[in-house]
Amino acid sequence: MLPDAREGAVRLDRHAAIVGIGQTRFAKDMGRDELDLACEAVLAACADAGLDRREIDGVASFHVEQVDEIDLAYALGFERLRFMARTPSGGGGAASVVGLAALAVASGAAGAVVAFRARNRSKFAGYGADPNQGGRPWAKAGTRLAGYQQWHHPFGVAAPAQEMALIAQRHMHVFGTRAEHFGAQAVAQRFHASRNPDALMRRAITLDEWAASRVIAEPIRLFDCSLEHDGAVAVLVTGRDRAAHLRAPVVEVLAHGQCDGPIHTDLGRFFAETAFFGERTNGARALAPHLFGVAGIAPSEVDAAMIFDHFTMAVPISLEQYGFCPLGEGGPLVAAGTTRWPDGGLPVNTHGGSNGEAFVHGLNHVPEAVRQLRGTAVNQVAGARHVFVCGSITDPSGALILRRADP
Amino acid sequence: MSSAREPDWPTPASGGAAAEFWAFLRAGELRLQRCRECHAYAHPPVPVCARCGSLRREWVAAQRRAEVWSRTTVHAPVLPAFADRVPYDALVVRLDEGVFMVTNPTPVAEPLLSLLEVGDRVEIVLHAVTDDLTLPLARPITPAQPAS
Repeated sequence: MLPDAREGAVRLDRHAAIVGIGQTRFAKDMGRDELDLACEAVLAACADAGLDRREIDGVASFHVEQVDEIDLAYALGFERLRFMARTPSGGGGAASVVGLAALAVASGAAGAVVAFRARNRSKFAGYGADPNQGGRPWAKAGTRLAGYQQWHHPFGVAAPAQEMALIAQRHMHVFGTRAEHFGAQAVAQRFHASRNPDALMRRAITLDEWAASRVIAEPIRLFDCSLEHDGAVAVLVTGRDRAAHLRAPVVEVLAHGQCDGPIHTDLGRFFAETAFFGERTNGARALAPHLFGVAGIAPSEVDAAMIFDHFTMAVPISLEQYGFCPLGEGGPLVAAGTTRWPDGGLPVNTHGGSNGEAFVHGLNHVPEAVRQLRGTAVNQVAGARHVFVCGSITDPSGALILRRADP
Repeated sequence: MSSAREPDWPTPASGGAAAEFWAFLRAGELRLQRCRECHAYAHPPVPVCARCGSLRREWVAAQRRAEVWSRTTVHAPVLPAFADRVPYDALVVRLDEGVFMVTNPTPVAEPLLSLLEVGDRVEIVLHAVTDDLTLPLARPITPAQPAS
């Protein structure tokens, strides 16, 4: 039976489930290459699921991934690889990469698909020429520009923080959002991370400490930024029926959808086409009603949200675009403590997110969603039944609604 | 921004319509790409009109008037050419033709900051950074010089 689908949102709870999660340690300069890290994460996900690594027959990854599908298959001894797919736009794939895996098993294209991301950000490691491998992409851009870079670099705009600052400032202008609203999310996530043994940043911060951290590009401060380090994450997806026979409690992929959206690396197009400021309805804002529609729940029924946070400003803007609050109310919502565990009504990034736990292009947010639904998170939301996960709000992206299976 | 010759300035080296845009600037003109059929503007330039689907493109002299749509002050530079210029301002402006572009304010004094705010009217002036690169930059329009 085909899944129920509406305007790009697909209901998959009878078809696909997350059965295993795995991750390496997160640390700077680990001295291990991406394949090494990816293998450890995938094996951990297999052990978590109780599924033999050789049975994996599908791989979903990010377009920025350095580990080739075939290298992973050879290294881990997959008997047969039947499905391979990648998502665009870096963190835009944070939820969609798991969505691809779910769509693959739902369609019958593959039986056990692993979604993964491995990063080695060591500047002095033996990285190759690809701008996405090691170091910083802009450091490899040189002074002869093509593509998107020619519209930004000549004006000194080259890093995501600078691009996101220009998006945040417009939001502040239109809606009165304040830098302190972003700071409140930074503080909440660092508090979450302070209780998470896997987090890179184990010390909680105050809003005063956030305000004292250096400005990167107004309004973005250092403590709003994601971390740079090495590590890998893997998420294992099988069909719903098969999941019931595996070791871990079943987490259903209730709904998934992808969405278009202008990308932050092309700000001319971004400001012409974004839905952020109310002029249009596109991307995530168009997807949201259909995603919740096929899921059969309202945003108010979500118990926790894992939101891709290249910068903390992404949290209030994502909450607005996905319909958790009206446009312009995301900042005040965060400042009121709504996203802070344990007292907030919608805890966001309870593992500490990208400024607290780790930055793995947001794929580390999916295991945290799974832990919440299994009841094993360090910052557990009592009785969590629905968790929302989304990729980057400033790029072509996507979202998931995950649900704890009834016992 | 310095008026000195800047050999290491990040410089477009693209082909196609983008190269034409930069070539017009080097020749002292700001031209925008427009659809010959429905007259919809596009920037950055595109191969086909998103509104009517026509492949017929043309270059039209811009009015060179704009509104500051967003601004930031960069404190942490990442490009070598900007390393000793921080803090500096970067802007997104909405040209009166309805398209958006990233730019910088000019002229700038020490420190390299402007008094421009979101919503301010600006005119676009051309500034030759090198023999190969002329940038369109944003200069305030004072209340005494209202936009026409």
